[in-house]
Amino acid sequence: MNLELSRRAFLQTAGAGLAGTTLGAFGFADIEAAHAAAIRSFKLANTTETRNTCPYCSVACGIILYSKGDLRKGEQADITHIEGDTDHPTNRGTLCPKGSALLGFVKSPTRLQHPMVRKPGSDKFEPIGWEDALNRIARLMKDDRDKNFVARNNDGVTVNRWITTGFLAASASTNETAFATYKVVRSAGMLVFDNQARV
Amino acid sequence: MTNSWTDIRNTDLVVIMGGNAAEAHPCGFKWVTEAKANRGAKLIVIDPRFTRSASVSDLYAPIRQGTDIAFLLGLINYCIQHDKVQWDYVKAFTNATYVVKEGFTYQDGLFSGYNEAKRDYDKSSWDYDIGPDGFAVVDETLQNPRCVWNLLKNHVSVYAPEMVERICGTPTDKFLKVAAMVAETSSPTKAMTSMYALGWTQHSKGSQNIRAMAMLQLVLGNIGIRGGGMNALRGHSNIQGLTDLGLMSNLLPGYLTLPTQKEPDLAAYMSTRGFKPLRPNQMSYWQNYRKFFVSFQKSMWGDAATPENDFAYDYLPKLDLPGYDLLRAFELMHQGKMNGYFCQGFNPLQAAPNKKKVTESLSKLKFLVIMDPLDTETGRFWENHGPYNDVDPSQIQTEVYQLPSTCFAEDDGSLVNSGRWLQWHWAGGTPPGEAKRDTWIMAQLHLRLKELYTKEGGAFPDPIVKLNWPYADPGDPKAEELAQEINGRALARVTDTTDPTKVLAEAGKLLPAFAALRDDGSTACGCWIYSGCFNENGNNMARRDTSDPDDAGFYSKWAFSWPANRRILYNRASADLTGKPWDPSRKVIAWDGQKWSGYDVPDIAPTAKPDQVGPFIMNPEGVSRLFTRGMMRDGPFPAHYEPFESPIVNPVAPKVRGNPAARVFEGDMAQFAEAASKEFPYAATSYRLTEHFHFWTKHVIVNAVMQPEFFVEISEQLAAEKGITKGGWVRVWSKRGSVVAKAMVTKRIKPLTCDGKIVHIVGIPLHWGFTGAAKKGFGPNMLTPFVGDANIETPEYKAFLVNIEPAPGPVA
Repeated sequence: MNLELSRRAFLQTAGAGLAGTTLGAFGFADIEAAHAAAIRSFKLANTTETRNTCPYCSVACGIILYSKGDLRKGEQADITHIEGDTDHPTNRGTLCPKGSALLGFVKSPTRLQHPMVRKPGSDKFEPIGWEDALNRIARLMKDDRDKNFVARNNDGVTVNRWITTGFLAASASTNETAFATYKVVRSAGMLVFDNQARV
Repeated sequence: MTNSWTDIRNTDLVVIMGGNAAEAHPCGFKWVTEAKANRGAKLIVIDPRFTRSASVSDLYAPIRQGTDIAFLLGLINYCIQHDKVQWDYVKAFTNATYVVKEGFTYQDGLFSGYNEAKRDYDKSSWDYDIGPDGFAVVDETLQNPRCVWNLLKNHVSVYAPEMVERICGTPTDKFLKVAAMVAETSSPTKAMTSMYALGWTQHSKGSQNIRAMAMLQLVLGNIGIRGGGMNALRGHSNIQGLTDLGLMSNLLPGYLTLPTQKEPDLAAYMSTRGFKPLRPNQMSYWQNYRKFFVSFQKSMWGDAATPENDFAYDYLPKLDLPGYDLLRAFELMHQGKMNGYFCQGFNPLQAAPNKKKVTESLSKLKFLVIMDPLDTETGRFWENHGPYNDVDPSQIQTEVYQLPSTCFAEDDGSLVNSGRWLQWHWAGGTPPGEAKRDTWIMAQLHLRLKELYTKEGGAFPDPIVKLNWPYADPGDPKAEELAQEINGRALARVTDTTDPTKVLAEAGKLLPAFAALRDDGSTACGCWIYSGCFNENGNNMARRDTSDPDDAGFYSKWAFSWPANRRILYNRASADLTGKPWDPSRKVIAWDGQKWSGYDVPDIAPTAKPDQVGPFIMNPEGVSRLFTRGMMRDGPFPAHYEPFESPIVNPVAPKVRGNPAARVFEGDMAQFAEAASKEFPYAATSYRLTEHFHFWTKHVIVNAVMQPEFFVEISEQLAAEKGITKGGWVRVWSKRGSVVAKAMVTKRIKPLTCDGKIVHIVGIPLHWGFTGAAKKGFGPNMLTPFVGDANIETPEYKAFLVNIEPAPGPVA
């Protein structure tokens, strides 16, 4: 945790450092420092900090999520602010125009909230429960697999493949999600399998 | 990346070509700025557009999109002609001295063995002479006309500066300035780094674009050293990880390959994966392939994978084709041969080429399942949005499920950055509504399938019902459990192969590293290259020690870098044949007479003698390849091929259209404009803007507002020629579709002269669609061609033909 302390120590002295800057030269140093200090202490005292990684490009800048509530204590956690992680060796606290607006991604009104189904020929999505959706998808998978599974090719070689259903995996999901996905997709015999690295 | 973002600080020359780091990877670009400010490094940018990377460069050279190979082979030719070669490196660490067997030829744009009907090669002549001792024949004197060096010298000789200008449109004086700066890094004490991204991959010869630069870097001795390397900036945050983990049609995790139907059992499968060394004393590390494979099978099927059943070899599907990539998937859908499709965090209606074909394809599915944090266009491909998605829902019978998943902020786990660092992150927020983690969704689907197969039986249930699923809560695997599975575990006591009294891991314990893997079923490991990421020392991906001895840029105690926490690949090549660093100020590792050590984990056996064992340990040669034998579909050397849609006929091979070995589906060729087309005279390219991240930030109001509206970018000359006004409306169309956009008339794009003809460039940024916070708009994929790279099928988004005219404005 010494790194955490070093970051906090840095924040405490950030205001003092301003004295040598242009703002300091204009005589605003004290006001700015006081203002910054007030905000920092509020943020550090009243929110939970969580280390995370920007999900956009593969520079993989370190970020800090600030939330009201602590997931690790079993509480609901509402993310209120996201900023660059000054300890991170690559980005050293900076974020780009995309990373700076990450809170807007987390809070986007077009985040999906509930499972939906669009029936054949329909012009709208309708709500469906998770249980019903998953049961129906598993049934569609099994029926298609049972009908089209190729156990042997024309030469009698065991091939055990299923190519009438395919899976397109992500580009920003974790390694752990990727591995779970790999196990489920490959064990079903799927060959039509790709991820966003392709494009 | 062979190196890392933080290593760029060590370079003397940055070449950004095939990328635009200042805009697309801004916080990584800071290391270019550091190198410029702190050690006087120079930056060269080669791009069709004067980008923001170009605006802070020391030298900018324009180039026509799709001609990078001609430029790069031109640079190799320059280095050879001017004797700017790091000779000791080239002779010892590349296959320059290897003799290629009789029968290999290159003429009129084609290598020996071409079959026009199959658009493919018989590659048997693309190989070394093998001597009676079973090793490749070499000529240390480089006198043999058939040694790789002389073949290369001859192959690149056509790309003289005048020919580079004729193909690329780069003025000769600019090219020569670039060449002179690049050539200086042939000094053992100078380093050049190559920073590239989708600007190189998204071509029908993308793989060879990258090879051409890798070859140049080898000629200059810039691979394996600090401040050097081939540095793929990569796109999304974990495409490196998803590729490492093998989420592709033909891959198993860790770059193992799925069996084909020509390999009916494990013995047949292993017979082509022996990796016998091609020269004496070489490590040829892939000789351990069977250990990696068996350990993967044990991770998948546990006790059901036994020596008796070839470790469940039959549980893996066998390929009948090279692969079922994204383009083939949509082709099969289009032919009505597929019924179901899952999109997990991927929006192919926007991201795949030729949107019309993609819409028609999705419309033929019986079911489509979307798992995404965002409301994607793909999930609503059936919904009418006027000109932006002109479909009739009543005519589309696809059943669509839209499943809400968590985003980064609500999920634990690791991502792999471009520098191969596996960095752990933690959930900080409660998911919205009923959104669930992808791991939960996948587990729920698996458990339901398993239950159905257990109850009902059906087609070959074994691989599903016997899938190893060892999680505390089978319905909700935890990230730590999966990470440990990826790292690997001893199933029985594992001892050192040379000293059986030394225990590497007791049964049930996490494996220390991939050196502990065995091929007898006593170890399980999900992805061998990641082994060591979560061992008995703990979660090494979560390490946050920022120490960096001597400010060398390694940060070896921060997170975990695959393989084996190594930060610079091929780092043995940073030292000469006696094991001394080529440049003492740039030391990575060194030989002390007994062993290798230094800042980084040596990329060589610790006691391998420097004058005997080559640095490229994954290759059976022990050296790197300037000539790739039969490993690439389109040739052992890169050659210039025009894009499939090209404003000129190929000057070096007029009879060859596009990449002769690229796969083209029936029907798609008819949808390509002919070379030098009068109907589609302008060379278009696609890219994204610094304010945007693909189609995701379309859902973020801040980013949507910063660049609010779809536009195309054209030169002042083209605008004047076509009567297009700044900010006016234009229609842009290709042989596959049409878009309406605002015109941005700019000095950042200038017409080029190629083969005596003025070529105008039309820039088409991507971001817009019909869901999210942004204004509705079109994107380049209404226009792009449905063809991919010959080796890996990445679509040719970066070079195609269009026409343009002033338009009255949008109809909707």
